[in-house]
Amino acid sequence: MTAPTIERDPAQVEHDLGVDHDLLGFLESAVIEAPVEETMTVPAAEVSAEEQTKQLVIINWSGEVDKMWPTLIMSSAAAASGYKTTVFITFWGLLPFVKDQKRIVGDNWMQKMLTLMQRPGIHHLKLSKMNFLGMGPWMVGKLATKYNVAKPPELLEAAQAMGVEFIPCQMTMEMFGLKPDDMIEGLGEPAGAATVLELMTQPNTASLFI
Amino acid sequence: MTVTNEPTTDYAAQLDARGLNCPMPIVKTAQAIKTIESGQLLEVLATDPGSVADFAAWSRSTGNEIVTSGEQDGVYRFVLRRK
Repeated sequence: MTAPTIERDPAQVEHDLGVDHDLLGFLESAVIEAPVEETMTVPAAEVSAEEQTKQLVIINWSGEVDKMWPTLIMSSAAAASGYKTTVFITFWGLLPFVKDQKRIVGDNWMQKMLTLMQRPGIHHLKLSKMNFLGMGPWMVGKLATKYNVAKPPELLEAAQAMGVEFIPCQMTMEMFGLKPDDMIEGLGEPAGAATVLELMTQPNTASLFI
Repeated sequence: MTVTNEPTTDYAAQLDARGLNCPMPIVKTAQAIKTIESGQLLEVLATDPGSVADFAAWSRSTGNEIVTSGEQDGVYRFVLRRK
């Protein structure tokens, strides 16, 4: 069985659809007259995937002491091992990178409440578990001293000295009311998701969300 | 037992990383090796048992050669040649 065909006058169809012949003519001439772009020769990749410098990209989101530790250990070890290392600092993960002497930051009361409840600065981190009003971090700090484990402030200094690039998230900085002057020295230019994605999808790159 | 093919005991630099824990022996070593010339030797002492595996991995990652590695009385000794 074939579908019934409806015969229609092409001129009527064009009229019904409101075809603009002047416009069509212009578009056709534009297409034809458009200069043909010279084909660009893309140079063959000079560096093969295996030779590409190894990279570590960390999204540092949580900002608690037990999460800052792996972020800083992995990033400083990676930089020491010759990896190009980038740490994108966002949301709660921004607060450890606020200067220690800042107490309340932000412009409005809600932003101020955030830092009232979570004191910013690398020396004022909470534990994600067993915080117990600061008892947990105090005990972990004591253990770290006893077993001579480098603490976040020392690790951060080492990471920066080794060339780890810390990139603040532009959007969260604005939402939290953080100004460049509130942040510690030596951070990269604030950037966004596309910048991190570009890094994460390069060859020989390991990516972590902490 | 220490296996060694050290050509000389002249180190361009020495690093005492005893007492330090992961990742500081590697971090300090990476900083120290930048102070010497290519082909020169760096001696590192460490007490972190994890440093045995970590120095091997670090050497593979960076291309700096481990000339000697050994352990005596809980102290690990590495002689590294800068790439």
